[in-house]
Amino acid sequence: MLRELINANPIVHGKKERRRVQSTSTNFDEDIKDPEHPYSLEELNVVSEDLVEVDDKHNYVRVTFTPTVEHCSMATVIGLCLRVKLMRSLPSRYKIDIRLAPGSHSTEAAVNKQLNDKERVAAALENPNLAEMVDECLAPTFV
Amino acid sequence: MHAFCSTPYFEPFAIPLILDKLSSSLPLAKIDSLKYLKNCMPSFGGDRMLQHAQHIWTALKDVIFNLPPKLEALSLTPDSGRDMKSDENEIATEALTCLKEAVLVYTCPDGDVFLSLIINDTDIEESFTSITLQRNRFDSPDKVDSQLSVLGSILSVTATTSSFCCGRVFQKFFSRLMIILEVPAQNSKYGQDATTKVASRKLNYGALCLCVLLLTSGRDLIATSLESSVGMEMLQDSWWYLIQDFSVPLTSTFKSALEISNIVVSESANSNQEHVFCCVKGLQVLATYPGPYSPITKDVFEDIIAAFMSVITGSSSDSYLWKLSLKSLTMIGTSITRFNDLDRQIIYNKIVVKQLVFLLVQKDSTSSIAPTLEAASEIGICGLDYMLQVIPAIEDAIISSFMQACVDGNCKTIKVLVLLLDCYCSKVLSWSHNSGKLEAPGMSFAIGILGCMENIIDLKIEPRMQDLLNRMMMALQLVVRGCKEHDQHKVLHKAFNVLQASGCFPVGSLPLPSGIYELSQFTQDLSEFTCREEWLLYFTASIVMALHQQTPVPDGGKLLNLFLVFLLKGHLAAAHALASLINKWPTGFDILGLSKAYTLDGTIDLIVTLLSNILLDNPGRAVTMMNNEGRPTQFFSNLQIHAVIGLGWIGKALLLRGHDRLKDITMILMKCLLLCENEMPSLSSDGSDTCNGKDLQYLVARSAADAFRILLSDSEVCLTKNFHAIIKPLGKQRFFSSMLPILHTSVKDCNSSRTRTLLYQAFGHIVCEVPLIVLIAEAKKVIPLLLEALSALDGDIMNKDLLYCLLLVLSGFLMDEKGKEEIIDYVHVVINHLIKLISYPHMTLVRETTIQCLVAVTGLSYTRIYPMRTKVLRALSRALDDKKRFVRQEAVKCYHAWASMASRSLR
Repeated sequence: MLRELINANPIVHGKKERRRVQSTSTNFDEDIKDPEHPYSLEELNVVSEDLVEVDDKHNYVRVTFTPTVEHCSMATVIGLCLRVKLMRSLPSRYKIDIRLAPGSHSTEAAVNKQLNDKERVAAALENPNLAEMVDECLAPTFV
Repeated sequence: MHAFCSTPYFEPFAIPLILDKLSSSLPLAKIDSLKYLKNCMPSFGGDRMLQHAQHIWTALKDVIFNLPPKLEALSLTPDSGRDMKSDENEIATEALTCLKEAVLVYTCPDGDVFLSLIINDTDIEESFTSITLQRNRFDSPDKVDSQLSVLGSILSVTATTSSFCCGRVFQKFFSRLMIILEVPAQNSKYGQDATTKVASRKLNYGALCLCVLLLTSGRDLIATSLESSVGMEMLQDSWWYLIQDFSVPLTSTFKSALEISNIVVSESANSNQEHVFCCVKGLQVLATYPGPYSPITKDVFEDIIAAFMSVITGSSSDSYLWKLSLKSLTMIGTSITRFNDLDRQIIYNKIVVKQLVFLLVQKDSTSSIAPTLEAASEIGICGLDYMLQVIPAIEDAIISSFMQACVDGNCKTIKVLVLLLDCYCSKVLSWSHNSGKLEAPGMSFAIGILGCMENIIDLKIEPRMQDLLNRMMMALQLVVRGCKEHDQHKVLHKAFNVLQASGCFPVGSLPLPSGIYELSQFTQDLSEFTCREEWLLYFTASIVMALHQQTPVPDGGKLLNLFLVFLLKGHLAAAHALASLINKWPTGFDILGLSKAYTLDGTIDLIVTLLSNILLDNPGRAVTMMNNEGRPTQFFSNLQIHAVIGLGWIGKALLLRGHDRLKDITMILMKCLLLCENEMPSLSSDGSDTCNGKDLQYLVARSAADAFRILLSDSEVCLTKNFHAIIKPLGKQRFFSSMLPILHTSVKDCNSSRTRTLLYQAFGHIVCEVPLIVLIAEAKKVIPLLLEALSALDGDIMNKDLLYCLLLVLSGFLMDEKGKEEIIDYVHVVINHLIKLISYPHMTLVRETTIQCLVAVTGLSYTRIYPMRTKVLRALSRALDDKKRFVRQEAVKCYHAWASMASRSLR
């Protein structure tokens, strides 16, 4: 299957040097692979440490991410990966909120709604192809 | 590579190719081409290579200048974690060896071409001037550092290649350096006031480094050619006379620079340290030129050593300088031993060793003894002659301060003594054993200590001296361990005599009273020993532990008796000594002077009956009797616990030598373990005491379960190969296979849950110490017991270590291919137990290992574990919120492994 890449030539940024010991959940997304490219989301500047909010006392986590191009159709998959990773890494007491950075995507509201609807997330994960894709993207994070 | 070098006719094709590859930017290509070049040059020969000289030098220069090599000789911290750049380092070292080869090839027929290329190179010249012009290194430290390392390594590699090259390098650079450092030649008229001049200025750092480097390469050149004994006549070349000319003023320059930097605190401590390092290194290098080829005279040598010694003995607070000086002194000592330089050895002995020995023995030293001790032991390690002087000094110091400590019980003396003993054990004794050059090291120490004990009448003992006692015992043990049989006999004889003289032997000989009541009476009577006697016993015990098998024991029966009594009073060392005696007891009749009455079997019989009497012979009677006399019940149960521990140790001794009486001992232990299941005979009329008695009985049973750990685990203190124990192979395996059916049936027949827990505990101790492969062979029987043990033991906090060990065994099963096949039938039970242990509150390691085991479970057959998936995930989501970070991390991995199981199966 030869499909045209959505963003054929992404800009690759360096990975940020991290401190060794971190609080509960800031290291969850550092190595998630991009669905299209062999780079991690952090290297593509899709997520960064500054855009992760953790409120341990109120059990709340919010991740804001920026797709590489405005019409990126992978935004939902990226969001799904982030959500699954968080679901598997955080205790169930947390409320997880995943959003697109304002103005970074053409169908921002729709994607946001889709990502934070737990019925639709569950339904998406029932799809074996999608589940496999997510697991593949998450594989490098569990070394 | 061999193909490339096979014939000189390849030269016109190979060399340009290699040089072209060298200019590539890939590190691997660079390394490869450097290796090829290195190998090709000698086989192509100097004449053919002549036309490439310019190109090769330019290429190598390029590599070295771009990737400055690390200068080991001058770096302050040799292993400063530069692993990141290991590639670059490899290239740099490869380039330098290649350079060396090139110099060697080109100068072989005294050709000058390549050498002149290097020496007259404009880049080299440029960096030389820039380094030496820089007054203060800290204007641009990185640049100076890299320039220095480039220039330094090129020059030192060139200079160490051959005497001829060395001469050229010295000719060109050394005198210039001397001028920059303002060091006048010896025969010039300014020689005298050199020191006064130096005092007022700071030396140029770059020039200093280069100077030290050149001196080092000169020394290395001499040392290597001395050892390979070629070209000796060439050694005292022009460059050598050059050094000799400058040696005296140079030495005084270094020395005075040291003194200045010692006094004047420079603007930056770091730069000061580097200056000091260079100066110390310079002095050290000058002093380590091999004897007859040394450019410095004996007076100067003496001067240098004295300067270092004044740092060592002085009260200077500069620990950096102190360490450097000690290191230099040890280097000098080692080099003297290496080149067998008698004249210098005399000087060294006089100034360094004698003085340190004097300081050690001197009693009224107000300052701390630790630095002197460290210096003395380090210097002793440099050579046999030094050590021969240091050992008696340390031993004397130990004995005299031991005397003092015994008399006044002073806290400070004890601290000193502990320091001395530590150093004695860790450095001196281990060196003597490893080198094997000394006859019976430490004999005088052992005899001396025992002599002390003989003379002391009253030992001022305090609880904190327990630490001291342990160290003394360890030292004695190590000393005796290293001795030959007859020396050991001598020491033991001495100890025995001292013991006898002190009237410590309460009993004639075996048999001891056999009834429990009489026995308890008997031990009770002996309860009041003085500290001195106790220490004496401990010393004797530690001597006995370290004996050879062949060493005759003077009066085995009495010793045995003595240790038995002390064992029952709860002295662990006595149990160790007893076990050691039994382990090494000769099998034949009295070959080695042991009393005839005691054969191995007879002795074991005696001990075993005695101990089993205490443990099993109608306990109620004795307790009642003792109660009648108003003694606490606890006394009796303590006696029993001590007996159990003793049995454990004796069992271990038998297990190691593969003796079949081990069976009897394990049977006694098992009976003892099962005793608490049966109703205790009622003790007295009031109920409270009965209850108490039951608890005590449980304690005894518990210690019987723990005795299995003593039986199987490896002890460091005694019964090891180091202490000459008889160890036959496969003892543990045999024991395991004999015990497994017994445990199996006992567990099946057992009604009380408490006893069953104890049985599992015993089982756990056994399983933990047996190799996994044996367990897997018996998997059918082991796994059910193992799983039950896991669930039975998680209630008690006392069992947490055992639980952890059992989990490790389980994980062994899960990782092993054959183990996996066996465990698959029980996988549901395994998972259920593991889920329970995920929230084990008492030990983080248990939780962590549990989760790791769960990850390992995912390697089992998918269809068998899938039904458990939801249950596991639910349990894991609690672990995601664990208190400990490591557990959470493991939980995340495990969660993912279980969660993604479905998609993995699709692939």
